[in-house]
Amino acid sequence: MLLTTEDVKKIAYLARLGIEDHDFDSYTKDLSGMLELMTSMNGLDTENVAAMAHPLDQVQRLRDDAVTETDQRGHFQAIAPQIEDGLYLVPKVIE
Amino acid sequence: MHTKTIKELAQGLRSREFSSVELTRHFLARTEQHKDLNAFVTVTEDLALQAAEAADVRIANGDTALLAGIPIAQKDIFCTLGVKTSCGSKMLDNFIAPYNATVVEKLNEAGAVMLGKLNMDEFAMGSSNENSYYGVVKNPWDKSAVSGGSSGGSAVAVAAKLAVCVTGTDTGGSIRQPAAFCGITGLKPTYGRVSRYGMVAYASSLDQGGPMARSAEDAAILLQAMAGFDEKDSTSVDHPVPDYTASLNQPLAGLKIGLPAEFFGTGLSHNIATDLANAINEYRRLGAEIIDLSMPTLKLAIPVYYVIASAECSSNLSRFDGVRYGYRCENPVDLTDLYTRSRGEGFGKEVKRRILMGTYALSAGYYDAYYLKAQKIRRLISDDFKNALAQVDVIMSPVTPTNAFGIGEKTTDPIQMYLEDLYTIAINLAGLPAISIPAGLSAAKEGGIAMPVGLQIIGNYFTETKLLNIAHQYQQVTDWHQRMPYGFE
Repeated sequence: MLLTTEDVKKIAYLARLGIEDHDFDSYTKDLSGMLELMTSMNGLDTENVAAMAHPLDQVQRLRDDAVTETDQRGHFQAIAPQIEDGLYLVPKVIE
Repeated sequence: MHTKTIKELAQGLRSREFSSVELTRHFLARTEQHKDLNAFVTVTEDLALQAAEAADVRIANGDTALLAGIPIAQKDIFCTLGVKTSCGSKMLDNFIAPYNATVVEKLNEAGAVMLGKLNMDEFAMGSSNENSYYGVVKNPWDKSAVSGGSSGGSAVAVAAKLAVCVTGTDTGGSIRQPAAFCGITGLKPTYGRVSRYGMVAYASSLDQGGPMARSAEDAAILLQAMAGFDEKDSTSVDHPVPDYTASLNQPLAGLKIGLPAEFFGTGLSHNIATDLANAINEYRRLGAEIIDLSMPTLKLAIPVYYVIASAECSSNLSRFDGVRYGYRCENPVDLTDLYTRSRGEGFGKEVKRRILMGTYALSAGYYDAYYLKAQKIRRLISDDFKNALAQVDVIMSPVTPTNAFGIGEKTTDPIQMYLEDLYTIAINLAGLPAISIPAGLSAAKEGGIAMPVGLQIIGNYFTETKLLNIAHQYQQVTDWHQRMPYGFE
């Protein structure tokens, strides 16, 4: 297999993605299979090819630096898991 | 009423044969009657009836908009103000969207009546609708078969006539593949044609919304209301929107159709190859010229797609952190625990797989080998299409290698599932428009259940009008799009 369980644990940490201990083996197998599929890309020479990020090679559009949005904080925070005084609450970060 | 076209319904509403409220009640009753198909995540009955009443007033006042009063449904990936927008995920099971997607806004303005939100693979990742938090969607042609995905609920709602037409989204085939499996018409427009604002992002450089309907004519009418430049979507293309129904009746004499050898080789089921050969013969009779093509880079579309889509998904889905909206785990001990468990408990297995894959492909030391390499081959695939479309007007191909497979048949091996997308994903990589239309009903094995077969028609950028014309002409001389699954007539 192209990846080890340790590799997958590291990737899961980078992605801040909780994986149950008993699931690591199956993820390792699946990801290794995906990587194997991807190695077929190596057979093609892409030395002088420009990477394609947008199908129409369009560049990011800019707009005028003007305020267009109104304050809807209360509206948006109505669906937040936990708020207080207009702030999102998370567990204590600094001891 | 549920077998009529949009034009016939619009006529019936204006001649007072029935009201939009009656029409809406009729479709709501069908939705209830066939809820075992699991096509809907949410049915918005009260809102639908209010919208229908408003549409009846508009029509009485002389409104001529074809979609006014027509019952439609939205894939649950489009944000709907005040209505749950789950994207098929536990992560967004409690998410009541605080705004409307542009597509929703436009269809509301057109007077369409939204019946509810349609089931889908979680975050649009899947080819069978088996990855939904809300369960699998059943195919009305054979309830033990999958609907296809990710717009499975959308395709089934149209095929079972639970809505007149619906929205879908397509990142690697998610409109076209379920359309083929369920025997309906589905169009993936040119990248940037339909606004992505308010459409939950999966792979931003590939995602595109589009219409799913019973016929090319209905799809044209729906696309007309969905398409257009949107300054709220930074990838929206500022290109004029033509009249999609204007040239539906144009004859096809002299049309050049290309058939890439790579799309008709091993792996394609015999019954599908036969049905498509018949469909192509039909086009010959309509005056088209058939030209054989070779597009050698197509075979790399699957690995390229799964690198790019996974990479973009890992970036897009990092916004789901349990802080501002969506699922939050119980009693987090610290911030890392809050992120890790909220995401671990909120996402399903396929979504996790792709986040892990994308995180790996973008991580230091692997970026060039995977992501950059894939972006370069993406250019070569796009060039292959450019060359092909310089020789022909459109390319035709299968949509799927097999008929709709059995529920549970491919869930144990994700790679097998990915290979399902063989004929559709290259089109997203190139950003081209493509339509899937019903072109047969056949069984893979003798004595098996006859299932719908789809034909894919791929065109150059912004040639949706031409694709719809080519599809419509075929639908004038065949009746595959009018066939109905048993029990849903």
